[in-house]
Amino acid sequence: MTYFAKPKLLRPDTPKNALGYTRRDYEGAISSLCAGCGHDSISAAVVQACFDLDIQPHRVAKLSGIGCSSKTPDYFLGNSHGFNTTHGRMPSVLTGAALANRDLIYLGVSGDGDSASIGIGQFAHAMRRGVDMTYLVENNGVYGLTKGQFSATADKGSKNKRGVVNTDSPIDLVALALQLGATYVARSFSGDKEQLIPLIKGALRHRGPAFIDVISPCVTFNNHAGSTKSYDYVREHNDAVNRLDFILPRDQIEASYAPGELRRVVQHDGSILLLRKVKTDYDPSDRVGAMNHLQERHALGEIVTGLLFVDSASESMHRHLNTVEKPLNQLHDAYLCPGNHALAALNASLR
Amino acid sequence: MKPTDIGAPDYLHKVVDCQWACPAHTPVPEYIRLTAAGRYSDAYMINWHSNVFPGILGRVCDRPCEPACRRGRVDAEPVAICRLKRVCADLKDDIRHLLPKPPAQKNLKRIACIGAGPASLTVARDLVAIGYQVSVFDSGKSPGGMMRSQIPKFRLPDSVLDEECGYIINLGVDMHYEHWVNSLRDVLAEGWDAVFVGTGAPRGRECEVPGRLEAAAHIHIGIDWLANVSFGHTTKTEKRVIVLGGGNTAMDCCRSARRMGGEDVKVVVRSGFEEMKASPWEKEDAINEGIPILNMLVPLEFKHDNGKLTGVLFEKVRAEYDAKGRRSLLPTGEPHVLMECDEVLIAIGQENSFPWIERDVGLEFDKWGLPVLNPATLQSSLPNVFFGGDAAFGPKNIITAVAHGHEAAISIDRFCRKRDLLRRPSPLTNLVSQKMGIHEWSYDNNVSEESRKKVPIKAREMTLLDIKLELEIGFDPFLACAEADRCLNCDIATVFTDKACIECDACVDICPTECITFTANSEEDDLRGRLKAPAKNLDQALYVSGTLKTGRVMVKDENICLHCGMCAERCPTGAWDMRKYFFKTAAAGAEAPRK
Repeated sequence: MTYFAKPKLLRPDTPKNALGYTRRDYEGAISSLCAGCGHDSISAAVVQACFDLDIQPHRVAKLSGIGCSSKTPDYFLGNSHGFNTTHGRMPSVLTGAALANRDLIYLGVSGDGDSASIGIGQFAHAMRRGVDMTYLVENNGVYGLTKGQFSATADKGSKNKRGVVNTDSPIDLVALALQLGATYVARSFSGDKEQLIPLIKGALRHRGPAFIDVISPCVTFNNHAGSTKSYDYVREHNDAVNRLDFILPRDQIEASYAPGELRRVVQHDGSILLLRKVKTDYDPSDRVGAMNHLQERHALGEIVTGLLFVDSASESMHRHLNTVEKPLNQLHDAYLCPGNHALAALNASLR
Repeated sequence: MKPTDIGAPDYLHKVVDCQWACPAHTPVPEYIRLTAAGRYSDAYMINWHSNVFPGILGRVCDRPCEPACRRGRVDAEPVAICRLKRVCADLKDDIRHLLPKPPAQKNLKRIACIGAGPASLTVARDLVAIGYQVSVFDSGKSPGGMMRSQIPKFRLPDSVLDEECGYIINLGVDMHYEHWVNSLRDVLAEGWDAVFVGTGAPRGRECEVPGRLEAAAHIHIGIDWLANVSFGHTTKTEKRVIVLGGGNTAMDCCRSARRMGGEDVKVVVRSGFEEMKASPWEKEDAINEGIPILNMLVPLEFKHDNGKLTGVLFEKVRAEYDAKGRRSLLPTGEPHVLMECDEVLIAIGQENSFPWIERDVGLEFDKWGLPVLNPATLQSSLPNVFFGGDAAFGPKNIITAVAHGHEAAISIDRFCRKRDLLRRPSPLTNLVSQKMGIHEWSYDNNVSEESRKKVPIKAREMTLLDIKLELEIGFDPFLACAEADRCLNCDIATVFTDKACIECDACVDICPTECITFTANSEEDDLRGRLKAPAKNLDQALYVSGTLKTGRVMVKDENICLHCGMCAERCPTGAWDMRKYFFKTAAAGAEAPRK
C-alpha cells in the first residue's frame, strides 16, 4: 500500500488541549518526503507546538516558497490557511498578507536554497522591516530536489555524497538575522525536539520577526561522513547555549531551579521564556555578544544552538507603519469612503 | 531495562492478543487474512489443525479471543473473530483431501477415550493421525458430547456437528456408541496402553429450597432438560417459565423454552447483570428474544398447590464486597417477591461426577471431587490415565477442552513411547519479513476504520417457531471481507534493529498511536511514565532496544500498536521491519528439543 492516510484510530487516553483538539487534529496530509527526512520532524514539532499553545487552526497562515522544506506546510496544520508562493518569494507574500490582516499568526517556512540563495534579498528585507512572523528555515545544506548539490549554507570544506569538497564560504542565516534586526533568533536541530518545540512556541508567541534556523539532515543526499549537516555531525558538534522552557501566562511554573541558573524573559503577551543555563554564561539579550559568540564557536567548528537573542520589548512593522488595527476585510464601506464632508475637512486642514 | 529478546518464545506470541488468549492458540490473524482473500479452505484448515471444530466453534465458542482483541482497545468493538471462523467453515470447498492420512502401518498402541465430546475427539484425532488405534466409548447414539446434548440446535445445527465429528471419525477412530462405561477398573483390565477420560461435568447443580421435591414434576435441571430437548424427548414447555441462573446454560434454557411454547419466559439471577457468567452476546440474544433478565433475587421457596407448581418466592439482595474483594449477597430487607410460573429450569452451575470410577482403583481425587492431575501433562495419579475437558478441572468451555485434548495427546504419545512427559515438544515459530517494495507489504496494512459488522439473522418470529431453525445466517463474503479488514494483523510484528537506527525520529513522528519513544533507559516503572504516551496497560510489554549511538534506547509500548507498518515505511535505514510471526502449537508425535 503506498502512502495511505494515517489511520484515524486513536488511543483511548489521547490528550486533548483546551480547545478539545487532539494533536492529530493539527496534522496535515501524509508526507511525501524521503523516509527519515529531518523536515518531517520539524513538521511534527510545529504540530506539537500549536497543539500545546491551543492555537485555533484557522488563526494560522502558513506560507512557503519552493523546495523540499516548502512542501512541508502541506504536512502540518491541515486546517490552516496556506500559500505556496514562487521560489524565494515567501517573505514578500507574507508581508503583504500580514499588512492586510494582522489578526493571523504568520508562519513562514523556507529552506536554505529558498532563503539563502534565490530569496536572500526577500529574507533580508523581511527581517529588517520587522514583519511579525515566525520564519522557519529547514536547513540541510543541499538542494535535495535537484539531487544534492551544495547549497549556500553548506560549510566550506564539507564533502558532498560523492566526496567533492565545497570551496565556497557559507552564509549563516542566523548571523544575518541578528545583524538585520530580527528580535527573536534561534538555532536548533530537527533531531532534538526537546529543544525545538519550546523554541517554536516562543517564536509563535513573539511580536516581531522571529527567526529559527533548524538544521535538518537530508538523509538521501547529506547524511554521510564529511557532511557537516548529518545526524551524527550535528549531534557531535551541537553547542547549546541554553535550554528553553516556554510557559504560557496561565500556567504555573512548577520546575525549580538553582539561583543563577535561570534567566526569565517575559514577552509582550505575558508568556514567559525560562532559559536554563547550559555551560557558559550566555546573555541572550545582547545582540553584539550573540554575534561574537556565534563567530567564535563557528571558527572552532561548533554549531551554536538554543535561543541566541531575544528582545522582549520588540516592535513590529505595524507600529512602524502605523497601520490600521482591523484586518482590511473587516473595514466596511463607510469607514473606507467617509464621504464629502471628510474630504472637505481634510482639504480645509491643508489650506 | 534490558533489551527485549523477541526471540523468546512468548514475547511476540503475547503481542498477538487473540492467539495468546485462545486456549488452543489458533493463529487468528493468519486465518482472517486468508478468509479476506477468499481462501476459505486454507483458512478452515488452519483452524482445523489448531481448534479441530471450526464450524462448531465459529457458532458457539466462548471467544476468549474477542475481549483480548487489540481492536477493542482502540475502537468500540473487537473484530468478530468467532463469526469469521464460521465464514471459512460455511464457504470452504470440499476439504477432505486436505485432511491428514493416518499411516497404513499402525504402531500397535491402543488408546481408550471415555466420552465422545470435544476433548476425547481431539485426543482421538491427534493420535489416530500418527498411527495409534483409538477407541471412543460414549453412552449417546452419536458423537459430540455436550456440544450435541446441551447446545440448542438453533445455535448449532446437527449437520455441522455431524460433518466435523465425521472428519475425525473417518480418519479411522473406533467408535462405540450407547456404551455406558461403569467401571474404570474394568477398563484398565482391558489392557489399554492409555486411557483418556473426557466425560465432562455432567451433573447440573441442584437448588434445594422448600417445595423442590413436592413440585418436582415441574422443575427441571437445565442441562438434563436441554439434552431431552435436543434428543426430542421434551417437545413443549408450559406458558410461564422461570429460568434460574445467569450462565450460558441459563441463556440456552430460556431461549429454548421461548421456542417450545413458553410465552412468558424470564431469567432470574442472584448476582447483578454485569457479574453474570453468561457471555454478553448471549445475554443480548436472550433480551432480543423478549426474555427479561431479573437480577439480585435469591430463590427462597417453590410455591405449589398439591405438587402443581404455582410460583417461586425470591428474596431481594444487594452485593457487598469485603476488603479482599469477595462478594456476599445481603438481604435488602424489602418484601419478598413472588413470581408466578408453571415451570422452572435450574441452570445454576454444573458439577463433575465420576460414579463409574472406583475410589479404590488408585486414582486420587481432591476435596472438590476432581481428579488430582499434573496441570502440564494432564496425567492422573494412575500413570496411564489422563483427563481433559470439563472432567479435568471443572466446567470451562469447548475451546479449553480442545486445548486439553491436544496436550493430553502429546502426553499419551510420550507416555507410550516412554519419554519424559514433562519435556514437551516446542511450538513451531517463524519470523519472516513482509517487505515487498518501498511501500509495499505482503499484508494489507491500511487500517480499516469501519465498525464491527452485525451478523445477519433470520426473522426472529420465524425462528421462535422452530427450535431447529438456525437463527444466524452468517456473514456473506462481502461482509466477511469488510469485517476481516478490521483485523489489525497483530502477528505482523514490528521488529527493530538498533544497529541500523540513525535516530532521525521518523518513526516517532509518524506513529498514529504514539507508541514509540526514544529516551534514556531506566527501570520499567519509571520508563512507563516517561513515554510519549504513558504506558498504563501493565499487561502489555515494553519493547526496549539496545543502547543507541546517543546513549538513549528505543522503547515501544506494545499496547495499542496498530501494526500499520508506518514506522517501517518511514524508516530510512530499515531499522524497523514488519515481520510475520507464525506460531503453531506442537502436535502429538513431535519430539521435544534436546537439552
